[in-house]
Amino acid sequence: MFDQLSSRLQGVVARLRGRARITEVDLADAMREIRLALLEADVDFRVVRDLVAKVRHDLMGADLLGGLHPGQQVVKAVHDQLVATLGGERRRLQLDGRSAVVLLVGLQGSGKTTTAAKLAVQARRDGRRPLLVAADVYRPAAVDQLVALGDQAGVEVHTRPTGTPAVEVARSGVEAARQRGLDLVLVDTAGRLHVDEPMMDELVRIAGATTPGETLLVVDAMTGQTAVEVAEAFRARLPLTGLVLTKLDGDARGGAALGIRAVTGIPVLYVGTGERSDALEAFHPDRMAERILGMGDILTLVERVQERVDRDESERIAQHLAEARFGLDDFRDQLRQMKSIGPIGQILSMIPGAASMADAAQRAVDDGQLRRIEAIIDSMTPAERQRPEIIKASRRRRIAAGSGTTTADVNQLLKRFDEMRRLMRQVSSGRMPGGAGGLRGLLGR
Amino acid sequence: MNVARLPPRRGLGARLLAILGAGDTSQATWDAAEEALVAADVGPSLAADLVSAARARVSTGAPNGSRDALASVIRERLVAAGCGPFEPGPDPVVILLVGANGTGKTSTAAKLAGLLVAQGRRVVLGAADTYRAAAVEQLRLLGDRVGVPVISQRPGADPGAVAFDAVAAAEARGAGVVIVDSAGRLHTRVQLMAELSKVRRVIERRMPGQPRHVLLVVDAVTGQNGLAQAETFAAEVGVTGIVLTKLDGTARGGIALAVADRLRLPIVLVGIGEGIDQIAPFDPAAYADWLVGK
Repeated sequence: MFDQLSSRLQGVVARLRGRARITEVDLADAMREIRLALLEADVDFRVVRDLVAKVRHDLMGADLLGGLHPGQQVVKAVHDQLVATLGGERRRLQLDGRSAVVLLVGLQGSGKTTTAAKLAVQARRDGRRPLLVAADVYRPAAVDQLVALGDQAGVEVHTRPTGTPAVEVARSGVEAARQRGLDLVLVDTAGRLHVDEPMMDELVRIAGATTPGETLLVVDAMTGQTAVEVAEAFRARLPLTGLVLTKLDGDARGGAALGIRAVTGIPVLYVGTGERSDALEAFHPDRMAERILGMGDILTLVERVQERVDRDESERIAQHLAEARFGLDDFRDQLRQMKSIGPIGQILSMIPGAASMADAAQRAVDDGQLRRIEAIIDSMTPAERQRPEIIKASRRRRIAAGSGTTTADVNQLLKRFDEMRRLMRQVSSGRMPGGAGGLRGLLGR
Repeated sequence: MNVARLPPRRGLGARLLAILGAGDTSQATWDAAEEALVAADVGPSLAADLVSAARARVSTGAPNGSRDALASVIRERLVAAGCGPFEPGPDPVVILLVGANGTGKTSTAAKLAGLLVAQGRRVVLGAADTYRAAAVEQLRLLGDRVGVPVISQRPGADPGAVAFDAVAAAEARGAGVVIVDSAGRLHTRVQLMAELSKVRRVIERRMPGQPRHVLLVVDAVTGQNGLAQAETFAAEVGVTGIVLTKLDGTARGGIALAVADRLRLPIVLVGIGEGIDQIAPFDPAAYADWLVGK
């Protein structure tokens, strides 16, 4: 996401590099690039106009000394404006009271049903007892979809017989949750056009019958220039409290969120990052701005790793690393954990400087390269994994045969693993910053 | 596509285009036109390109105003890309629907089936979206509404196998048209794109020369990412045309124009409402006029 914006800015920066100061002409060039990049990222054109004007103003008035070269100053000015526009600190869902109600609304196909299920999964992980309410009574089989997702997640789904009005489904859902002491009610509603008056009226009635603590607008990250109009129309009828930006695992740059935030002030609370039921992340405005500028999103990555990686396992690996005993079995465990964290391309795109290899790495995973590496390691004996240096020619042939690869593959893995281990020792002894190099080496790109 | 069936022009794009008076060719007018095209998701570079083409035409003495000039430039671009009404061609024909999540593939499959049935064709639907929960059930319900049989397997089944079955079932029943729905997928998911190209290969092997049509379903609210989507889908599964859905909102669907212009992919159908019959053949002239508020 936002890759093109950061590469464009890098282009501007490259041209400005080495200059002592920003000239009028440079500034005009830089502003044109920034305007184009933001428009191509689907930021609302009115917001782009404002943003560019503010950045230009910041740069004109800026003291051009201060240790930053002109390129850095442009990037910093854009960054500061993006942070200001995206809003300050992140906000969590306010889920107070007995049976707090969260209402999900949005256009057709924005991802409401999927998001409802993801929120339920997350709530359960946080120790809550959620109830999903299937109030999309229009789209054929929408109720079946939510029931199936609820089944997969082990979350109860409230449904009413076909023909029950949506308002009644929602109202009875909240009532059922209260009676049964379930503390969170997630109401999924039918997708609707913001200009469809009868359908918008129905939403108002659903909100009236359920008194939601949070009303979330679900917006597809691919949305273009209509985003602001849509958000404003929903906000005119409903007390919207937050935004969920879905399908952010693609390469859509998600500028729609920037526009909505700038014009309506509604904060983005969550982003959807995949089809799996746990692919929902808290939104961090500050990190998003950094990501826009290609500075990576290390904090989100760390958080994800903390959530999913088996802590004991990590500690064992860390210990082995410290004692310089890091073996191929540790490496294989790491690979497995990495798979559970999410698509590797996504992980890499969060590491500063590694964004460019994210694609290549994702391809490597999809091509089965990582699976081959795993197969090779699986075909070794424990002793071999612990001390790869004992693997000579005949062992290599056996391992290749066992893993369905060639001795060349085995050789390559061993060679790269050796390089990686040396690198890791350097990292762990603090002699070198960053750690993406090892993986890069293994993937050979 | 009938202009009368498109929704009234609403929202900001419409207000901006209202400035685009019949005779006015001032700089401010052209700037407003360019901005309106950007607001319609045409994209900043194509918007600038279209406006300068229209401008050149007016200054070289075309009798009509800026709006007519812009409309004809857009219409010509659409026609040059082959845009026009969907023509399935003679039986047998297999149509594969592809696209990102939530763009309206399943609805389009059923609507297109209804359209072709109304033209006297015999149609079978293949429910090859075996991933999304209850997608098969959704297509089955919609298939009932248009009176078209839906071939399906259990959830999670191989989508290629479903496509294979659908083609076989159509042959057995003497139906000449097969419409295969597929699971929505982001074009960045290499594995899922490979799965889709396998579905295509399965159809090709089962019935050489098919699928004759691979239609990319694009939601009218889609922004500039639509270009990357179209590019990847075109490269992976050989897209032959575009279905532009949800034109009944305020979105203008300008991204489809950008895709048509850049990738030479024709827009062939538009979705103009939730009703099962609310699909229409694409009409370049009507769309161009509608886009500039004529």
